[in-house]
Amino acid sequence: MSLSRWAAKPAAASGSRRSPSGLLQAWLPKLVLAPSIAISLFFVYGFMLWTFILSLTGSRMLPSYDFVGFAQYARLMANDRWWVASSNLVIFGGLFVAICLALGLLLAILLDQRIRQEGALRTVYLYPMALSFIVTGVVWKWLLNPGLGIQAMVRGWGFENFRFDWLVDPDMAVYTLVIAAVWQASGFVMALFLAGLRGIDDSILKAAQLDGASLPSIYWRVVIPCLRPVVFSAVMILSHIAIKSFDLVVALTGGGPGYASDLPATFMYAHAFTRAQIGLGSASAMLMLGGVLAILIPYLYSELRNRRHG
Amino acid sequence: MDNVIRRRTLGARLGRAALYATLLLAALFYLLPLAVMLMTSVKPLAEITPGTLLSLPRDPTLAPWAKAWGEACTGMRCEGVGVYFFNSIAIVVPAVLISTLIGALNGYVLTKWRFKGSELVFALMLFGCFIPFQVVLLPMAQTLGWLGLSTSRAGLILVHVVFGIAFTTLFFRNFYVAVPTELVSAAKLDGAGFLRIFWRILLPVSAPIIVVSVIWQFTQIWNDFLFGVAFSAHNSQPVTVALNNLVNTSTGAREYNVDMAAAMIAALPTLIVYVLAGKYFVRGLTAGSVKG
Amino acid sequence: MMSFNISFPKTALATTLAASLTLSAAQAAEVEVLHWWTSGGEARAANVLKELMEAEGYGWEDFAVAGGGGETAMTVLKSRAMSGNPPSAAQIKGPEIQEWGELGLLGELDEVAEAEGWDDLLPPTVAEIMRHDGSYVAVPVNVHRVNWLWANPEVLEAAGVEMPTTLDELFSAGEAIREAGFIPLAHGGQAWQDATIFESVLLATGGSEFYQQALVDLDPEALGSERMVEALETFKRLRELMDDDMSGRDWNIATSMVINGDAGMQLMGDWAKGEFTAAELTAGEDYLCAAAPGTQDAFTFNIDSLAMFRVEGEERDAQHALARLALEPTFQEAFNLAKGSIPARPDLDMSEFDQCAQQSLDDFQRTADEGGLVPSMAHGMAVRADVQGAIFDVVTNYFNARDMAAEEAARRMVNAAQAAL
Repeated sequence: MSLSRWAAKPAAASGSRRSPSGLLQAWLPKLVLAPSIAISLFFVYGFMLWTFILSLTGSRMLPSYDFVGFAQYARLMANDRWWVASSNLVIFGGLFVAICLALGLLLAILLDQRIRQEGALRTVYLYPMALSFIVTGVVWKWLLNPGLGIQAMVRGWGFENFRFDWLVDPDMAVYTLVIAAVWQASGFVMALFLAGLRGIDDSILKAAQLDGASLPSIYWRVVIPCLRPVVFSAVMILSHIAIKSFDLVVALTGGGPGYASDLPATFMYAHAFTRAQIGLGSASAMLMLGGVLAILIPYLYSELRNRRHG
Repeated sequence: MDNVIRRRTLGARLGRAALYATLLLAALFYLLPLAVMLMTSVKPLAEITPGTLLSLPRDPTLAPWAKAWGEACTGMRCEGVGVYFFNSIAIVVPAVLISTLIGALNGYVLTKWRFKGSELVFALMLFGCFIPFQVVLLPMAQTLGWLGLSTSRAGLILVHVVFGIAFTTLFFRNFYVAVPTELVSAAKLDGAGFLRIFWRILLPVSAPIIVVSVIWQFTQIWNDFLFGVAFSAHNSQPVTVALNNLVNTSTGAREYNVDMAAAMIAALPTLIVYVLAGKYFVRGLTAGSVKG
Repeated sequence: MMSFNISFPKTALATTLAASLTLSAAQAAEVEVLHWWTSGGEARAANVLKELMEAEGYGWEDFAVAGGGGETAMTVLKSRAMSGNPPSAAQIKGPEIQEWGELGLLGELDEVAEAEGWDDLLPPTVAEIMRHDGSYVAVPVNVHRVNWLWANPEVLEAAGVEMPTTLDELFSAGEAIREAGFIPLAHGGQAWQDATIFESVLLATGGSEFYQQALVDLDPEALGSERMVEALETFKRLRELMDDDMSGRDWNIATSMVINGDAGMQLMGDWAKGEFTAAELTAGEDYLCAAAPGTQDAFTFNIDSLAMFRVEGEERDAQHALARLALEPTFQEAFNLAKGSIPARPDLDMSEFDQCAQQSLDDFQRTADEGGLVPSMAHGMAVRADVQGAIFDVVTNYFNARDMAAEEAARRMVNAAQAAL
């Protein structure tokens, strides 16, 4: 659609030059971009369309094309597990984003106080982003398991009544996901904030100090408002991590106890691949994509608006 | 910023102490899983018992590492994760280079050779960052089949490039937006061509964002499991798949020290990249995407 | 653009099927085998088959994918099938063989079956599962029994109890074991493990006929019946015999709790024996086995098999050799000694096997004659994956919920069976 509109105006940008090489020069930028456009049209939009079509079918183990209308969506709405997964995403996503922002900002402000060994500390905070849960999953499972990890350790130190058994508690299991996810991403957010802090013009701060404002109030009223663009980028990155969270659940809780810590991504995978319900899995994928869109549209809007300004 | 209180009053000293204590506590939290992995990987199997995850190895040994690298069995093949490690490298290196190059050219076109609809094109491409990978598994499998690339290394490289260029384009576009357009306009007036301008003007200033793109893609592709397992065959599996086979095998006596050593081996390349280049990563990322 | 949109879905499956016929013929005289026999013992046992193949001059490309009881391997298999390039053989079992068969992706083995006399060799129940549309498409490698109870004799002795034979005895023995300071029943809180003990309880409280009605035929009346409620309530009471930390625990960790003497008993299929064997324990002395309490006259089976994908030329010869060799006594014996199961062909000499396996074979043949031989729902032998998944959801949610009535769970079970059909 957009491709054809784009291709329909070949001469618009070519200006007045008519020599073959001039024509090539005029076309070159678009030629360079064309493969990427084709790729995203096919591999992103084509696949989304394909998934949407599958969500209207009764596909089971492999795709088939017996259309059943919106029956899969109706089944999804009637599925208790889907609602558990969706509400878990709200809890998990909300807490994950909020804690990462708060912790990231706090650590960035603290690190910005002319700390010795700042580089080393920064690397320590940042490194979890380099590791996948395929690698760290087993360790996290150990640490959070009451009989093996932190609870057993603290009890071993003599605190016999210490309890940390969220992993096996259906009401709390989703919060263990938050802990591990915060561990992975908060250092990254810290780094974004730190760079943002370093970018703030000193003269603004000097002026505030001359006015006699206290340090906390300078941060609260002057510095943090300056970081708004960083907050915005961080929220976007974090919410996209939250929606895609998959390895984390598989490695840590397997969705359990029961299916108390299931997330939409694991729901979709379980149904489309393990349970031979590709139709239902596709329907849940479409709803997930809808969620992504709800986050992405404001982002894109602001991206494009910014471009007009600059 | 310069808001350190230099007077050495008692209160200030206490404040400093509290500051360092908080930072170190946070560092412990972040280091905990890695420390457990590292210590477990050098313990003899007999030392690994419940509740002693954090105790130092009494009799440290590198045997688990040697076993994980060259001998540990995954399925019927007892050749460790070393072979798979090189499979990963053979996939990651071309995929990172190609996706970075494409991203750079895209970013260049989208900022310096704008045309009607180029913003829309950018918006459309951005969506590729956000698509959950589980969704594309089956259509991708079918497409690879059509292309005759299923289970081949080239197929895996293609997959990673396809779903990587959205990110690399985003990085480079946001970075090149800040490069003064006047330079490019002047060069155009002088008759410099498309590629010449890219080569002479944009590329020389691109080092920070190339670092970002390379680190990001390297981490993403190296850590990928889903595509790696779904689109590989017995001879093209990346190291994450081998690690999964080792760690998720739930029968027989498990050698946790070997598991952890294998996990460390699989994690080392990305860890090293982050430790060595993390500084530039953050710097480049903020130069680009944050200030937009 | 429009033509692209419309033609895409229509041609999709057809292309897959066509491609699967042509592409995979590329490898010569080799079989690529997708499986998840990844643990040391299993892999060594499977290696026997590989060596048999190589002795006849065929190549074996090992494609192992571990994780989630084959879940990851199944994802890989679907991806490979979609790309029109499935492996020569894959570890597929139960009703799933029929699903792959219906897609037209499996190749028939009737030549081999006839030459080797599979109709006489294999028990009818087993043979039935290996056939699609009247033709053999898969070869069985073993028969697991799911309804077993394993116990540590020292713990039982310390608690002063005998191996329980009824559910009532199980509960009273459990209390005694708890009082003696041990965990009565080792369990791992994963959906399939919950379902494994649920089906054994249902078999004990309802009998094999009821089991057949409820979990195989999915009769809504049986699923919503008073008997089902009773089974669910008894099932939930088993929680009292378990420890608090079970959630997410792998089954083999639970088995090692029995081995170490932390726990007294475990309800688990006979693959648990692989763990006891690996710990160098002897059946009947260092550990005890018995049919799950109340299910002495029943046998829930779980049969591993290798399904053969449609291939051509030399690869087909190699594939047929694989099918033939998989029933070879050397392999069947080595493999099943390691897996804890019994051979898929009952004519073998069982003297190398321990008393649990010998009892398993006796019970298999007795229940096959008398009735009581039923497919395991928890292990994908009874119903298709979607129904199984929906039942898993109900069972595991009920088992872990603090306040769900058994009646409610039974009602959801009826819904699950219907919604998934």
